[in-house]
Amino acid sequence: MSNQIRDAIAEAIADNDIILFMKGTPDRPACGFSARTVAMLQALETPFTAVDVLPDPRIRQELSALSNWPTIPQLFHNGELIGGCDIVTEMYESGELAAALGVEPPADASGQAPVGADPVAAPLGIENRLG
Amino acid sequence: MPSADEVKSRIEAAIPGAEVDVQTADEVHFSAHVRASAFEGLTRVQQHRLVYDAFDGELGGAIHALALKTEVP
Repeated sequence: MSNQIRDAIAEAIADNDIILFMKGTPDRPACGFSARTVAMLQALETPFTAVDVLPDPRIRQELSALSNWPTIPQLFHNGELIGGCDIVTEMYESGELAAALGVEPPADASGQAPVGADPVAAPLGIENRLG
Repeated sequence: MPSADEVKSRIEAAIPGAEVDVQTADEVHFSAHVRASAFEGLTRVQQHRLVYDAFDGELGGAIHALALKTEVP
């Protein structure tokens, strides 16, 4: 059962050029780190696939086992883990993210990463359980 | 609940010779700046993994979040 989930995750990573595993959705991020990562991708105006890890705790377990990365969000490009929110922020601010993803640098030349929308609180219990 | 000092010692034990600065406002969310020669030649992802390895399974649990900045001296 778990292996089916892991296989599905591996397939999603292989099939999508840019894929973000996050808490919540781009429209309704459930965590500040996920919200910031979404905001940076949107600032680069690059299309990306987003997967919400919250509906089933096994998604996160299997993703972390597969990627050897403990936290969410996780951004992948061409099948490779780019990193979590900290690395994505550093790369955004240095211009490396645009280069790595093959897109134009953000029009806003300040180099400051966008903060992102306020996260929507997850239903009580879910946030506690999944941390 | 871990203190900033505990988080700092864990990272120092996992990466000998690392210079580590840890801040926390609530002992659940931490931010760490780690300078270590062990990072030389590694990608950022590999550098962060070295630090994460100090917290086997605790990230996302007792340590809700660890904002990380890694650097080669």
